[in-house]
Amino acid sequence: MQVTEYKPKIVAFCCNWCSYAGADGAGSARLSYPEEVKIIRVPCSCRVNPMFILRAFQRGADGVIIAGCHPGDCHYTSGNYFTRRRMALLFSMLDYLGIERERTRVEWISAAEGAKFSKTMTEFCATVAALGENKRLEDLRCKK
Amino acid sequence: MQKMMEKRALELLADGTVSRVLGWSAGEFPYDMTPAVFETAEELQDGFVYNDFCGANLSKYLIKESRKEGKILVFLKPCDTYSFNQLLAEHRIIRDNIYVIGIECYGKADVEKLKAMGLEGITGIYMKDGEYTVETVYGSQTVKAYEAMAERCLACKSKKHVVYDELIGEDGEVVTDCNRFDMVEQLEAMTPEQRFAFWRGELSRCIRCNACRNVCPACSCEQCVFDNPNSGVAQKAAVNSFEENMFHIIRAFHVAGRCTDCGECSRVCPQNIPLHLLNRKFIKDMNAFYGEYQAGEDPDKKPPLGTYTLGDREA
Amino acid sequence: MQRIGVFICHCGTNIAGTVDVKAVAEALSHEAGVVFSTDYQYMCSESGQQLMREAIREHRLTGIVVGSCSPRMHEATFRKAAAAEGLNSYMVEIANLREHVSWIHKDMKEATEKAIILGRAAIAKVHLNAPLQAGESPVTKRALVIGGGIAGIQTALDIAEAGFEVDIVEKSPTIGGKMAQLDKTFPTLDCAACILTPKMVDAAQHEKITIYAYSELEAVKGYIGNFKAQIRRKARFVDETKCTGCGICTEKCPMKKAPNEFNMGFDKRGAVYIPFAQAVPKVATIDADYCLMLKNGKCGICSKVCGAGAIDYKQQDEIIEREYGAIVAATGFNPIDAKVYGEYGYGTCPDVVTSLELERLMNAAGPTNGTLLRPSDKEHPHTVVFVQCVGSRCTETDERGKPYCSKICCMYTAKHAMLIREKYPDTDVYVFYIDVRTPGKNFDEFYRRAVEQYGVHYIKGMVGKVTQNGKQLRVQASDLLAGEQLHINADLVVLATAIEPDKTARSIGTMLTASMDTNDFFTEAHPKLRPVESPTAGIFLSGVCQGPKDIPETVSQASACAAKVIGVLAKDKLTCNPCVASSDELLCNGCSSCEKVCPYGAITYTDKEFRGPNRTTLIRRVASVNPAVCQGCGACTVACPSGAMDLKGFTNKQIMAEVDAICK
Repeated sequence: MQVTEYKPKIVAFCCNWCSYAGADGAGSARLSYPEEVKIIRVPCSCRVNPMFILRAFQRGADGVIIAGCHPGDCHYTSGNYFTRRRMALLFSMLDYLGIERERTRVEWISAAEGAKFSKTMTEFCATVAALGENKRLEDLRCKK
Repeated sequence: MQKMMEKRALELLADGTVSRVLGWSAGEFPYDMTPAVFETAEELQDGFVYNDFCGANLSKYLIKESRKEGKILVFLKPCDTYSFNQLLAEHRIIRDNIYVIGIECYGKADVEKLKAMGLEGITGIYMKDGEYTVETVYGSQTVKAYEAMAERCLACKSKKHVVYDELIGEDGEVVTDCNRFDMVEQLEAMTPEQRFAFWRGELSRCIRCNACRNVCPACSCEQCVFDNPNSGVAQKAAVNSFEENMFHIIRAFHVAGRCTDCGECSRVCPQNIPLHLLNRKFIKDMNAFYGEYQAGEDPDKKPPLGTYTLGDREA
Repeated sequence: MQRIGVFICHCGTNIAGTVDVKAVAEALSHEAGVVFSTDYQYMCSESGQQLMREAIREHRLTGIVVGSCSPRMHEATFRKAAAAEGLNSYMVEIANLREHVSWIHKDMKEATEKAIILGRAAIAKVHLNAPLQAGESPVTKRALVIGGGIAGIQTALDIAEAGFEVDIVEKSPTIGGKMAQLDKTFPTLDCAACILTPKMVDAAQHEKITIYAYSELEAVKGYIGNFKAQIRRKARFVDETKCTGCGICTEKCPMKKAPNEFNMGFDKRGAVYIPFAQAVPKVATIDADYCLMLKNGKCGICSKVCGAGAIDYKQQDEIIEREYGAIVAATGFNPIDAKVYGEYGYGTCPDVVTSLELERLMNAAGPTNGTLLRPSDKEHPHTVVFVQCVGSRCTETDERGKPYCSKICCMYTAKHAMLIREKYPDTDVYVFYIDVRTPGKNFDEFYRRAVEQYGVHYIKGMVGKVTQNGKQLRVQASDLLAGEQLHINADLVVLATAIEPDKTARSIGTMLTASMDTNDFFTEAHPKLRPVESPTAGIFLSGVCQGPKDIPETVSQASACAAKVIGVLAKDKLTCNPCVASSDELLCNGCSSCEKVCPYGAITYTDKEFRGPNRTTLIRRVASVNPAVCQGCGACTVACPSGAMDLKGFTNKQIMAEVDAICK
């Protein structure tokens, strides 16, 4: 029996100061994680508009993760606190609409935590892969 | 009630306190009460109507009206005063140009419910002792108020006017046991599959007429992001299953912490989508996560998305 | 349509080893707008940059995508190269093909595919890039220091030494702060006044320093380089320019009932007073709450005896306005009110004192002329008990105290104990502690001397209760190491009360839009890397207002703070980060959502006139972002419901284009 391995599409929004640097750190230490993860650099996790997340799902992403500085370490002092509130509400709403909670995540990853970056992304990919393709939020026109 | 309001409006027009009156007039049908501005005593005497079909929240109209010459009189029900306060906090209306008369309210009728009871040719309505007397071309009929009352009124959160210059009728209290989150809780108790099916069933009926947006006092943007070709998310009618989700989620998010739960979105939806359940979910979550907050109650209080604490729950 | 050039770097074999760079360059060459696509061994090398510059010239490129190492590594390099060829630096985007692709993936096919997708995302972004210009703003070459304690004095002196004008605003009649009240200082035991007062005089005499004592900050507007501050000069009822500080008025004043704050209320001062002999400025101040002349117009003695004619009962508060390039908060601290700890008997038993009160009781210039006498009967105490951590290191459930360690108490208690044992060897000294914390140069040695040489009894344990027992105090305590209850009859109990930020700090923080933590300490821009700057540009932090500190630490932080201020003032113009937020006035509702989330106070609102339909004009409230203050986090862009607020360099459309490219 032939099994074609399903590979989810993952969009990772990483803040410039901590998590993007953490991803660089994972690279420098050659700590691999699945290539399904594609990183978009934002100045701060608080730059991530819910619209970007919904847009990613609309265009066929299977999971979206936002990574920022640990609470208290935000380069802009308070950005990640706002991220935390906004995403807590947004994710709860998505869950309310029946969209699997596991497809969305916020993680705090510092510039020194290359290992955590790699581990988090590997784990997140596996979780999303287990859920299968995102069918509840996709926009079929965009997936031709 | 209508008589008292009209009398007071005429007085205020006559003594020059206000130059215009924002109230309701009959629309195409006698139960279809429409917001209207009256500029003269004659207009007011001819057209002004107030009855238990006057559910429309007038506060949003003040964004434009309070920027015009002269002072305007507005009648606000308790729930409308929360919207008014919220608009004030957002600097959207000019308080000095508005004279607010708070009017008592014991719940407005939902004409759809009356129609479902088989009432036809409705011409008028008034409430007395917990009953609506509905006037029709075939004579009048009484129904129990709670059977014909709009859902949002059955779950009324407050009979208290949070702002007014004068009151007609009684001021009430905040309703602490309004059970307005019951339906949200029911949905939360379902499985994700059931919830998805529920919302698919509801939201797929959306025709993107934008009525919810246009009536919403919190959706008062100069231009909506969904109408702005430069926003990258401008859309017209929903042609795909996802688009209405996106629209309604983003709309609910944009009004989160600003929505006073006035219920106008669901009232005007021609497809009868329970849109208020989206807003109430946010309100319920914000209350649970960050402490009780009622938009419009206290204009000086920081909204949940405009502040944070170090120990907030993780997303 | 942009004319985009794509440059894929091999980085030796770092990228080329796992990514088929030629295939990537080839695939991206077919993307819309790409007019040139190539690969090269080392793009960051001189010849790599040359290659890029030539391509810009030859192909009239308007946008650049470099597939290379992380932008944190060489973005600046490539931006510079582009700028050298006349292309705006912000038209360069980097696809991170090394750290995010080649270094973590092993399979060439998959890595190459990912590299192409990241390249596409960068191209999609460049399509929407716009040239950005860094703005400039001028700098007023004058600094304001709020608070004239040792922190403020040191910062002011260092700034002034660098040649810049400094104003010190101090709310009390003299500068000097808490240090002026201290007796000796640890760990060297030199006298506080001997080392502080020369600095006070230096500050007073420095031609670049202006001291506004008995003055308070009223309002602050503006931003880094361009602050405008209003200072309220409270009425002293004494003309500062005429008063010679001779003190005759203070001697002759018949109203000697005012508690002397400088001596912690242990003695009385006149209604007209000079806080202490070395006060700076040395001028008298009339306390309006006690002055008979000001209260009921009967007296006027000070005016009669003043040879300089400096007394002016009609003096009014005066508000002056000054412009500054930078502002330093040096608002200092106060001990908490020990009365909240009723179990220690403070406020009810006169012989229970705080450590700061003990400083005055031991100070040669204090109410007892330096002889340690109990407040109740002026007897010499033979048993002294020190209680540590009164209000410090409290658990969350203890609302009376503070969660943090006040940091200075362990050391000053060791000092007190040592000084008492030194002067009065017949006195028994007990110290009850939770932990003894002595990090600092020569600190632990100092503490050990107290224990080993001076025979101070250190007991690990908490004091439960202090009660009056005849002429003595009964101290109930536990000795945790011995596991027993202790009862000590003491003559004097000293509470090492926690310190907290001065009460005025919160309102000053609001004025400066400088963020504060829940304990009202000012927050630093970065806890490790920018410890003397506030997140709000142009606001700097000196001394205990940022967190508990001892004198050596305060002074070094004050100097560090001065260095940062000098760094701002030395510039003629400040260059701003061009990737800042900006509001589209046509879309803005003026709702203030953005202002609430801005950590820098960069957003202000103005009423602007707009053209309405039918030749009407409408006045609307709209937000505007000060690019000199905005740091470009983007919090406002998400708070904005109308989408009026956007972030340059990371616009909504750009990020969505990246999302689209990745999800395609």
